[in-house]
Amino acid sequence: MKRVAVFATVAAFAFTLTACGKEGTPTASGDANNSGAAPVSDTCQPSGTTFTADSAAAVAGSTTFDKIKSAGKVVVGVKFDQPNLGYKDTSGKRCGFDIEIAQYIASKLGVDPAKIEYKEIPSANRETAIKGGEIDYYVGTYSITDKRKADVAFAGPYFVAGQDLLVRKDETAITGKDTLKGKKVCSATGSTPIQRVKDEKLTEPENIVEFKTYSECVSQLLDKKVDAVTTDDAILKGYAAQNSTDLKVVGKPFSTEKYGIGLPHDDKALRDYVNNQLEAAFKDGTWQKIYDGTLGKSGSPATPPTLERY
Amino acid sequence: MTEFLNVLTDHWSLFGQGFGNTVKLFLIAAVGSLALGVLLGAFRVSPIPALRWFGATYVNIVRNTPLTLVFAFLVFAAPKLDINFEYFTAAAVALTVYTAAFICEVVRSGVNTVAPGQAEAARALGLSFAQVLTGVVLPQALRAMVPPLMSVMIAMLKNTTVAAGFSVVEAGAIPSYMAEFGEPQFYVLLWITIGFLVLITPLVVLQRFLERKLAVAR
Repeated sequence: MKRVAVFATVAAFAFTLTACGKEGTPTASGDANNSGAAPVSDTCQPSGTTFTADSAAAVAGSTTFDKIKSAGKVVVGVKFDQPNLGYKDTSGKRCGFDIEIAQYIASKLGVDPAKIEYKEIPSANRETAIKGGEIDYYVGTYSITDKRKADVAFAGPYFVAGQDLLVRKDETAITGKDTLKGKKVCSATGSTPIQRVKDEKLTEPENIVEFKTYSECVSQLLDKKVDAVTTDDAILKGYAAQNSTDLKVVGKPFSTEKYGIGLPHDDKALRDYVNNQLEAAFKDGTWQKIYDGTLGKSGSPATPPTLERY
Repeated sequence: MTEFLNVLTDHWSLFGQGFGNTVKLFLIAAVGSLALGVLLGAFRVSPIPALRWFGATYVNIVRNTPLTLVFAFLVFAAPKLDINFEYFTAAAVALTVYTAAFICEVVRSGVNTVAPGQAEAARALGLSFAQVLTGVVLPQALRAMVPPLMSVMIAMLKNTTVAAGFSVVEAGAIPSYMAEFGEPQFYVLLWITIGFLVLITPLVVLQRFLERKLAVAR
């Protein structure tokens, strides 16, 4: 009888422990993304630029365009967690610089921006999603690199970003990458920006702080647990625009990231067409209007980049 | 096959640093949670109602509260109350607090397996509660406690990976780095699994050893 009782107790524990073991699996830690401090303001505000579908749009020789035309909608890969860049607010509305660029391109392909089907594709899966035809194009802080050009095509750049620093508004000691010694610097776990900080020894190893998301870094910055958040200035400007009373971007970029629109590799006709449309937006002020109404709210101005056709 | 091996050999220092921190975190939290857990367990079987109440309340509040929530509280909420931990300390505290609740229950159930006559006889000899517990009951209870205790420890070892999300570069942070280096994720995860198997082996051996040593013919 006693043996039975012991067995039952152990079995009961085994059951409890299964539950607790499950908690520790790496996937569960993904919940951390949601447990970070909520952004200060997470209601989407568009720049006010209007995009009207160009019903006469035609791209000769583009299989992607034919597909869009017959489907009557376009599937666009985006980010959802970058305020004022690629963002989805609690009500499900999307906004930001990248989102509006995506809407502009859609309108030029003859699709009403309201008919865009957005797909949130994590950075690691972008090439696969484009190659597999899961999305028609991708707009989401997608750096043009030679390695990626082997898998996908890029139109653009539509924005030139650079690694920069986000600091508290009253910060005076941090003025660039060489003033970080002794300061706590935060970025996404294992990301290229934090690896650059390590490689160039911009601060001491014990002062490097890594979280899964930039929002968590920003929360720590506001709580004075870190002194600077570093990544591409486009992302940082988004946070600064969201909370311009407490945060600012230093404004001395120390790398160059050219953001392109990711397109199917062999659809040259589509790439040329999108490039032409981007160029038009640079010239007629549309690009400037989108920028000023989104990332520009951070207080950092910008001008259209130069297109690179390859 | 060479690609699989290269994932490890090309990033040897990262794996070393990651698993090094995992072991460090595990050892600190193991000592901390065993101490706290045994203390709470003693509370729960003590004759003082206030202590029993405290032990029960702790277990009921903490047990299976999502570990990420415990971490998030220490890292994101505590600073707002002017309580500031270093990230590594926060991780050790979170794992200790979380694991202690399970250890407390292991201790309590272990104590319950000891025949009441043992404690009654010890009390009749005039031993105090602490003497009864540490000298008579716990040594006998240990036999029943070893397997669940080891399971709790193994779970805790794997739970250390949650710290990766809270600025502790341990084994759980390795995949993020490797994704940025463009290494195949499947191989990376396979190496991490192998790493954990290696770390668990001593615990399994220790369990076998203790079970054999404490075995009593009944």
